[in-house]
Amino acid sequence: MRNAKAIEERFFKILTGIASYSLIVILGFIILIIFIKGFNAISLKMILHTPKGGYYYGGEGGVLNAIAGSLYIAFGATFIAIILGIPSALFLNVHLISYKRTQNTIRYLLDALWGIPSIVYGAFGFTLMLYLGMNASLIAGIITVALLITPIIIRTFDEVLSTIPKGLHEASLSIGYTRTELAFKIIFKQGFSGFITAVLLAFGRGIGDAASVLFTAGYTDLVPTHLDEPAATLPLAIFFQLGSPIPEVRERAYASAAILTIIILMVSLVARTLSKKYSKSNLK
Amino acid sequence: MKPTRTIVNRISGSWMIISLLLILMLPLIIGIALFIKATPLFEVQSFYKLITSMNWSPVEGKFGFWPFIFGSLFVTLLSFLFAAPVCLLAAIYLTQFASKKLIRIMHPVIDILAGIPSVIYGMWGIIIIVPFVSGILGPAFDIKSPGYSILAGGIVLALMCIPYMLNMLIETFNTVPLGLKEAALSLGATQWESIKHVILKKSYPGIISSYGLGIAKAFGETLAVMMVVGNMVQITFNPFQAGYPLPALIANNYGEMLSIPLYDSALMFAALILLGVILLINLFFRYFIYKTQK
Repeated sequence: MRNAKAIEERFFKILTGIASYSLIVILGFIILIIFIKGFNAISLKMILHTPKGGYYYGGEGGVLNAIAGSLYIAFGATFIAIILGIPSALFLNVHLISYKRTQNTIRYLLDALWGIPSIVYGAFGFTLMLYLGMNASLIAGIITVALLITPIIIRTFDEVLSTIPKGLHEASLSIGYTRTELAFKIIFKQGFSGFITAVLLAFGRGIGDAASVLFTAGYTDLVPTHLDEPAATLPLAIFFQLGSPIPEVRERAYASAAILTIIILMVSLVARTLSKKYSKSNLK
Repeated sequence: MKPTRTIVNRISGSWMIISLLLILMLPLIIGIALFIKATPLFEVQSFYKLITSMNWSPVEGKFGFWPFIFGSLFVTLLSFLFAAPVCLLAAIYLTQFASKKLIRIMHPVIDILAGIPSVIYGMWGIIIIVPFVSGILGPAFDIKSPGYSILAGGIVLALMCIPYMLNMLIETFNTVPLGLKEAALSLGATQWESIKHVILKKSYPGIISSYGLGIAKAFGETLAVMMVVGNMVQITFNPFQAGYPLPALIANNYGEMLSIPLYDSALMFAALILLGVILLINLFFRYFIYKTQK
């Protein structure tokens, strides 16, 4: 009897352990494959040149157009998402601090919004574009991605803001701060680590998302110079080049994937270090 | 109080409300916009017929969505079968058995897994999973498979959903009061018995919700699935054959949708189905979590 219990205990401990460690192995495996495949094809030319004539048949050139397009879209979208998202999160935690019910309802709706897949945002962006008479362009891509990442920014920032003690509100208001000053001078500063995490998380999501820009940003071999020009993006560059029957072009898809993965890993690393650095000085 | 401070306060206060309302209205706006675009389709075929018909040939004006809905359901179900046990086991280990050091390592691992873009998962699937299905799994079951199949889609999708579900499960297990477990242990239960009879039972609603939300996430995933699933309009119960999920339908045909009448309406209708299903699942399970946690 005793023995059976011990065996069951051991069995499940090992089984659950295997499940956990396998995740580390899977992550390692994915990254290893991407890098092994990618570093065979990667070169400075890939990063510094746009596609030249015959590029898609194995000719000269690189994916600078996609790198630039992706960065433009991710920066632009993050910028819009900050303008919309940060005030929303502050409002939720400053003005609504005493209305727990409203707060929870809003959080509930935002969480549900987070779950909407990016292809739906893409389709919506497309209808919006047709309605406004625009073509596939940088600005259409930026707006679509911005809508996609704003709920992420709000909820991530809000998660940190909601841990700020209420006494801080009361103290600030009692010495005559307006709500706005309280929000931006006190609460924002206290939650700065959350701000960094939220922005970088949203940026990473924005730069890696393909389904939302598929309809809206278009694709081009040039680096866009105006907001109304179409823009290529890295995820789509990977996707299109991977569909090619020519091995050299597929090799470039691997290289582009390695570039995108490096960008994502770097963003994640920066987010970790910065948020650790800024949360040290917080009031507890 | 200086007047400028009041004005600044007013302006910024209104901006906060406007931006928050704008975001909260977003699902409604998206739904209405997609619905308006999809209405021409309802004039040709009834809603019920659109959903259940198997006849898909846009050139003849026939739009039957059942093969795509079926494809989506099949891929999602497979991915769920792969991901659910792994997530549950890993979540148990990470909240009950794991050392502090392992947890410190696992946090970034889960975050990075969740942060890898879907196109990278798709590419990895093409390099690893597709040959694995056609070269090893297929022959092992004595089935000929092109590799690009529902099974491959399910495996890739499962990997993408694991970090998402795992995070929610960990959160659920962490909300179980430690006292309950301690009480069980003090009555002589082993570590595993206390998990089986106390923790799992107590967090049962949370587990269901995490699974539900994971399914919703899998249902809407586009690019990674589309790259490995084969994209053939057919209904088959053989996972080694190709399928064609709804999101892939939208993403694959955006180029030609303006050249065939009603095609754009059909694709927007597909997006509307996705939005409706996923939003409903999300609202339901999040409400369920909220109610049961109180």
